Amino acid sequence: MIKILRYLKLREWLMVLISIGFIITQVWLELRVPEYMAEITTLVQTPGSSLSDIWRTGRGMLLATLGSVATSIIVAFFAAVIGAGFSRSVRSLLFEKVESFSNQEVNEFSTDSLITRSTNDITQVQMIIVMGLQLLIRSPIMAVWALSRIAGQGFEWTLATAVAVFILLIMVVILMTLALPKFRIMQKLTDNMNRVTRENLTGLRVVRAYNAESYQEDKFEKANEELTDTQLFTSRAMAVAMPVITMTISGVSLAIFWIGAFLIDAAEAADRLGIFANMVVFSAYAVQVIMSFMMLVMIYIMLPRASVAAQRILEVLSTKLSILDGTVTQGKPGHEGEVVFKNVSFKYPDAAEHMLHSISFEANKGETVAFIGSTGSGKSTVVNLIPRFFDATEGEILVGGINIRDYNQETLRAKIGYVPQKATLFKGTVESNVSYGDNGRDIAEDDVKRAVSIAQGTEFVEEMDGTYEAEIAQDGQNISGGQKQRLSIARAVAWKPEIYIFDDSFSALDYKTDRVLRSALKKETAGVTSLIVAQRIGTIMDADQIIVLDEGKIVGRGRHKELLQTCEVYKQIAASQLSEEELAS
Amino acid sequence: MSKDSMKSNRRPIVVRRGLGETVEKPKNFKETWGKLIVYCKKYVPMVVFALIMAALGTTLQILGPNMIGQLTDEIMVGLPALADGAPIVGAIDFAAVGRIGTILIFFYSSSVITNFLQGYVLATVTQKVSKNMRTGISQKINKLPLKYFDKVAYGDILSRVTNDVDTIGSTLNQSIGSLVTSAVMFIGSGVMMFYNNWLMALTAIVTSLVGFVLMSFIMKKSQKHFARQQKDLGVVNGYIEEIFSGHTIVKAYNGGKKSKAVFDGINEDLYDSGWKSQFMSGIMMPLMMFIGNLSYVAVCVVGAALALNGYITFGVIAAFMIYIRLFTQPLAQLAQAFQNLQRTAAASERVFEFFEEQELDDESHKSMRYESVRGDIEFRGVRFGYVPERTIIHDFSANVKAGQKIAIVGPTGAGKTTIVNLLMRFYELESGEILLDDIPTSSVTRENVHSQFCMVLQDTWLFEGSVKENIVYCKEGVSDEQVVEVCKVVGLHHFIKTLPNGYDTVLGDKASLSQGQKQLITIARAMLQDTPMLILDEATSSVDTRTEHLVQAAMDKLTAGRTSFVIAHRLSTIKNADLILVLKDGDIIESGTHKELLQQDAFYADLYNSQFELAG
Repeated sequence: MIKILRYLKLREWLMVLISIGFIITQVWLELRVPEYMAEITTLVQTPGSSLSDIWRTGRGMLLATLGSVATSIIVAFFAAVIGAGFSRSVRSLLFEKVESFSNQEVNEFSTDSLITRSTNDITQVQMIIVMGLQLLIRSPIMAVWALSRIAGQGFEWTLATAVAVFILLIMVVILMTLALPKFRIMQKLTDNMNRVTRENLTGLRVVRAYNAESYQEDKFEKANEELTDTQLFTSRAMAVAMPVITMTISGVSLAIFWIGAFLIDAAEAADRLGIFANMVVFSAYAVQVIMSFMMLVMIYIMLPRASVAAQRILEVLSTKLSILDGTVTQGKPGHEGEVVFKNVSFKYPDAAEHMLHSISFEANKGETVAFIGSTGSGKSTVVNLIPRFFDATEGEILVGGINIRDYNQETLRAKIGYVPQKATLFKGTVESNVSYGDNGRDIAEDDVKRAVSIAQGTEFVEEMDGTYEAEIAQDGQNISGGQKQRLSIARAVAWKPEIYIFDDSFSALDYKTDRVLRSALKKETAGVTSLIVAQRIGTIMDADQIIVLDEGKIVGRGRHKELLQTCEVYKQIAASQLSEEELAS
Repeated sequence: MSKDSMKSNRRPIVVRRGLGETVEKPKNFKETWGKLIVYCKKYVPMVVFALIMAALGTTLQILGPNMIGQLTDEIMVGLPALADGAPIVGAIDFAAVGRIGTILIFFYSSSVITNFLQGYVLATVTQKVSKNMRTGISQKINKLPLKYFDKVAYGDILSRVTNDVDTIGSTLNQSIGSLVTSAVMFIGSGVMMFYNNWLMALTAIVTSLVGFVLMSFIMKKSQKHFARQQKDLGVVNGYIEEIFSGHTIVKAYNGGKKSKAVFDGINEDLYDSGWKSQFMSGIMMPLMMFIGNLSYVAVCVVGAALALNGYITFGVIAAFMIYIRLFTQPLAQLAQAFQNLQRTAAASERVFEFFEEQELDDESHKSMRYESVRGDIEFRGVRFGYVPERTIIHDFSANVKAGQKIAIVGPTGAGKTTIVNLLMRFYELESGEILLDDIPTSSVTRENVHSQFCMVLQDTWLFEGSVKENIVYCKEGVSDEQVVEVCKVVGLHHFIKTLPNGYDTVLGDKASLSQGQKQLITIARAMLQDTPMLILDEATSSVDTRTEHLVQAAMDKLTAGRTSFVIAHRLSTIKNADLILVLKDGDIIESGTHKELLQQDAFYADLYNSQFELAG
């Protein structure tokens, strides 16, 4: 928790210092109020006091109160600015950091976790900073100051206050030891209940088809029961706390007066008035002391949660990047569109085995190279190494005649039009999605139209409300999967790259669209190298080179016809998709 | 529901609580509370008891300061005073001090007990109500027609089970209790102040009211900042979610700089509204304290002036100093309690809205049942649309003989899955009928229809539980041997044996099965059901081609001897069907066997051949 505070800027530290000054002033003013009260008490009891004396003291009291509220407002202002400023800068740093991550780091954290860290966790820390400034600093100052003032004025009173604080602390400790473990498992139980509900919802048709409604409900009831029992326990335990706190505070006032009666009775006549005044002050201070302790306890309870949040943020910020930028900003002339793999092996950081074993191949300008193999054969991994989403463990990859590690990453990626398996669209318009990105070129309206037309999207885009300016919802939720994929392909086309990478991008399209789209691509963007990962033989039959992968190794390469003769794995895949006649032809 | 959209539902439900909340307003406050009270009917006596306890405890608390005042007066007897011009020192009456002290101890401890009882009972009631609501939602899910889920996102229902019920759970408890306590305390302390001294009471009330008018003015001003902050926070979180989810594309297209620029902009907005609303909520406490102190000062000064003239004793001032606290405190609590009541209402409204959705028709009166069916199925002029304005199936008729394998093919959106949905009575027909063994499926219960079919769907639905549990699912009286036997037939047995705990291996996030293995488990599940009819809806689409022939073999075993409906994307899987129905825009445009359809050389032939054509 402390560590994360280094992200506070100098300006904010200065504000913290100023705030502390104001907090001290505020505490002083607040403690002045009961003293004025004592003065008034004395005045009332002293024969011959005039009304004007009381007005004067009253004015002092009023000023102290006003001063105290003014300083609190100033402190609140600083706290708000510091808290919001802090979360702004940490959020910005976090965003930038995650942006610089390669897929490797993203996978380590998982996207969901990164999102929570940049949203909820930051809010948590911000809250504790704001509260901390107002309470964590104020409470000890208040407690110590008030204690030191009353300590000298009557041992018995101090003792009574100490007993009260002690009782409250005991209660808090007991409650916490009983309830805290329950609070911890609560999240797990809630997740559990959510999971069962989600299961029922995602499997609605299965649940109904199997008449499993009551089976699901029983399962839910069990999870519900567990959660309710835990919540019952914690909320009942909390029902103890409030009455005890109220009673302790009232009890302290009573004790102070009761003790006061004895003290006054035992004192000399001349001292009695002084003791009485002290008693009045003391009863006010005692409440302040107890409240301060309670505030500290509250912070103490909240701190662990915020601390975990801070830890999670720091984890992201301190992650070392696995992929570093090179400096080259231009490929070798005459090598445009070339992709060369030289003995490339790849292993995920914690994996025991290599994902890819010395893969070598060459793709020349304008050629189509296809990768096929079963799930887990490593076909996607091969193409994901090219834009450096991951870095190869061994061997080297050349794009445009230069090792991809030597490129400035933006230069490298400007050469590649990448289409993932799962189409990603952003909130915006058709136009903003297709012309997405920054490769130094301006993507004109005509380019967008042409790209959409090559991607076979013209028909549906022009039917949309607003055509190219039609709105696209977050994640493209307002259009179908096939339409999303076509826009995603259009984006790659509009990018005007030297190399296309289609990572299983055609599976979401029906056969016919798939074929027409590829024909259009070939015709309209001749000269661009294509690397295609596919599941369907039909998609890759006409490739210049087909590379068959099995368990991370190349087990066959050549054209469709050659492979049918030479490669057993390819034959198997083909057999499951094509008929005898087609295989024979 | 496609797989992608399911995935997007899996995002964490971000609970935005804490920093500057805006209180959501229910559409109909009174009505919702009425419903809530009716819903909690059986707990009403308990709640009433709790509220009486609350009132009792508070009353005792209010009487306290008066006693403190008397105590002060007793003590002051011991102070030097002037009597007839000469200072005298009185003796403190310790018997009286003791008596008052004992009464106070009694008051305080009684109020601890009553307050505790109130808290305990309310907490119990609240949790029980929350539990009932959750159970209700879970049961309601299974009573709603599938149609409902077409227009409502899963996340929405999930958030009712968790967020909304949670909100009810935490606010109901606080709101009712503190509403009563605060009201009693506010009125009670007001009365007691007047009872002690009207002038000082007036002073106290006027100063507090002035303070509160000031505060509600500020509150009103701050409301718009809270709303803005909430909006900005939503924008920032939404943007983070979007960009992080699309990380690969942002990288691939060098979108980093631009997205950072956008982010900086919205982050700046959030900073601006953030600190303003934070500041507003930050000054609430000091202001509250200020109002308390202001009244305190006023009471002290006025009280002192009165005491000086001998109108009141000092004890009254001492009592007032406490009354001021008791009087100003509940005002803030009342405001809070009303906000909580609103929040409870808003959350309950959503829960009740869900409870009130129209359920599937009650079918308990239907006495006809299928006992042992042959499996002849006839579609007779079926017409259907998910929404009334858009008919998807226009006039579908088909005749299927028992034991046949029927394939339904056609382009996306042709209505293939719809046919299955209708066959299973997941949706009700607009017109026409579906007959099973010459009896309309609508004349028996849905449950009875379901038990004639087993289904394997594209989305392999497995739940967290052991392999065995997943296969057996809700079927009762299944022996382990039967499970093993089915798995052997499907070709899963060997694989399951290699899992760490065999059939008891828990399938969770950790145990990773391939898509094909998952599909085999759902096939085993279907096979165990042993129903006369079978539906395979794109069962092999998400399986890679090499695993496919395994799954295909398992499915062939499954279809043997059953009337089966197969929907397939890959036409190679349905070549051996007895009858292929080609659907386009909700109508059958061609039908026949694979060979016949190829010979026709029309739509089907075109669709089939497009798989193998070279691009160019």
